[in-house]
Amino acid sequence: MSSPIISVAQTPRQTDPSGASQGSPVQQDVGPEAPKSAVRQFLMSRSSGKAADTTFLAIMLMCALSIFAIVIFILFILIARSKLSISQFGFKFFTRSAWDPVSGDFGAFAFIYGTLATSLLALLMAVPLALGVAVFLTELCPQKLRAPISFLTELLAAIPSVVYGLWAVFVLVPLMRDQLGPLLQKYLGWTQLFNGYNFGVGLLTASIILAIMILPIISSIARDIMLAVPISQREGVLALGATRWEMIRMGVLRNARIGIVGAIILGLGRALGETMAVTMVIGNHPEIPNSLFSPGYTLASVIANEFTEATGDVYLSALIEIGLALFLVTIVVNAIARALVWAVTRGAPARAH
Amino acid sequence: MREKRVKLRLLAALTIAIVGGTAVAQNINAAGATFPNPIYNRWFTEYAKAHPSVHINYQPIGSGGGIRQVSDGTVDFGASDGPMTDEQLSQAKVKVIHIPTVLGAVVPVYNIPNLNRDLNFSGDVIADIYIGKIQKWNDPRIAKDNPGVNLPDHQILPVYRSDGSGTTYIFTDYLSKVSPEWQSKVGRNTSVKWPGPGVGQKGNEGVAGMVRQAPYSFGYVELIYALQNKMSYGAVKNATGKFLKATPDGVTAAAAAAAKNMPADYRVSITNAGGDSSYPISSFTWLLIPRQFSDPAKGRAVKDFLTWMLDKGESEAAGMGYAPLPAQVQTMVRKTITTIK
Repeated sequence: MSSPIISVAQTPRQTDPSGASQGSPVQQDVGPEAPKSAVRQFLMSRSSGKAADTTFLAIMLMCALSIFAIVIFILFILIARSKLSISQFGFKFFTRSAWDPVSGDFGAFAFIYGTLATSLLALLMAVPLALGVAVFLTELCPQKLRAPISFLTELLAAIPSVVYGLWAVFVLVPLMRDQLGPLLQKYLGWTQLFNGYNFGVGLLTASIILAIMILPIISSIARDIMLAVPISQREGVLALGATRWEMIRMGVLRNARIGIVGAIILGLGRALGETMAVTMVIGNHPEIPNSLFSPGYTLASVIANEFTEATGDVYLSALIEIGLALFLVTIVVNAIARALVWAVTRGAPARAH
Repeated sequence: MREKRVKLRLLAALTIAIVGGTAVAQNINAAGATFPNPIYNRWFTEYAKAHPSVHINYQPIGSGGGIRQVSDGTVDFGASDGPMTDEQLSQAKVKVIHIPTVLGAVVPVYNIPNLNRDLNFSGDVIADIYIGKIQKWNDPRIAKDNPGVNLPDHQILPVYRSDGSGTTYIFTDYLSKVSPEWQSKVGRNTSVKWPGPGVGQKGNEGVAGMVRQAPYSFGYVELIYALQNKMSYGAVKNATGKFLKATPDGVTAAAAAAAKNMPADYRVSITNAGGDSSYPISSFTWLLIPRQFSDPAKGRAVKDFLTWMLDKGESEAAGMGYAPLPAQVQTMVRKTITTIK
């Protein structure tokens, strides 16, 4: 029944307590005088495992707590350094749209608006595309195509953002100004979303480049999650007479939805904080844009643009408070996303119909 | 085995050489403006060749950073494209003096398809383009400065620097002098609240790239950038009413015109300077040197560098697109250097 190693592990002080293995050939070796096996010698040479376990627990706890420490430390520094601006503008800093370094009047609303608008627009474009890629790769793709497409999506994720920015400046901006923009104005002008003069740079261009940047993140994570859905689920749904689309919808997407939302949140995180590529194509004009062609500004961009040359204490302090605003926006957006997940899945187990 | 020992010995010798080398050399740290970085780099490299014992490490982190770091004493000296304000000077932990090094200029650039001659701009016209009062290229006020030019009936796309920069400081300083409305509405700074329509781009290369790409756009870049990239640029009306295209000579002329009433601390704006040949959007760029060095050896090294800069360095400026200091200012600076302790 029991192998010698297991019996050693269970009872360090020799002999099998149960009579079950009495008379088995193994038992002869385990007598008090028998030479000890290597494993046994190792186990006996160690002191009690309790100290080791406690130390291990403590170290792991410290690793986990360091996350709290880092977040609190960042928050503390951001608040401490932006004190001047906080005391001067108060909570209105976040709801007022003003940015005048000459007279020292600062408010972050235009930047918060720009950050949220570009990120959400990017999600709107990237999510359907990314899910399409993931569904195709896991469910429909011929074996030969799967490896190259997966490889290319992951390659897209590894391209530095400044390269995306350069590509946007030289390819996307002229395309937007000369071809795509006029087309949108002609056919979708009635929505009033494409009013005003089309410079080629602006909110829409920034959103498109962001969408391209977050596409590989969302699609590769969503793919991994869909791959983790057991084959039996798919077979079960198909066996009930479902079409392929019904199988994907009920068997795969439904089971994977929490993970997919997680993937989208990760993509959103990148979109909110993306700096370089956005700075290069958004137009950097701190006003609430009234059209998708208008230039805008994001929280991350204004820090990147103005921090090095900021003179004056209030100016510097306001820029750090912009950092605080970005931090808060990220937290709030994540919290809302999590609340959404919770609301969708509340009460129902992940696989319910 | 033997080979390994030889390698180890070599390594040890190398380490000693490196450590020993740095121990003897005088390391001086500096940080500040990006605009003069190309010529500063060249000066520091050439100075290090002539004086192997001194190594000046310059980090182009921006004028704001340069002012902050030298005021806090975290670098040995700083550099800035805009002079420090009275408030900044009084608050600084380390008392500094301004030493002008070279001059730069800002030029208007634009993109009008099928236009094969340079345009003229008055200062108030430039201001009103950015304010948004002048919106079309064929506005009568632009046409008045450019008689005989067939200007298109097309919207102007103003482009400006989105990053804080000395270029913007010089440009807005000029606009503040020539347009009362600009002075009251916008003012001068390394970055300002741009009042009208338009888009911001990062760096000279960002503005230049945008102007080159987008038809009917208008922007401003540093003269040296326009020269190095062979961009065509417009002429600007100076204080005597003449339209001038920027050249290093025109910039030095502006400095010479201003030198007559140069204050002792060199904190002077020379935009819109008088004189027939003065290019109006010009400015000094300064090194910010502590009045008193805590380490006298460092002080001696910096003084020696400054003297070398006047003797040898200035002559290289024009070749790199910067304007050298006019002779009168050089004489003044020589005197000032002797007061550094």
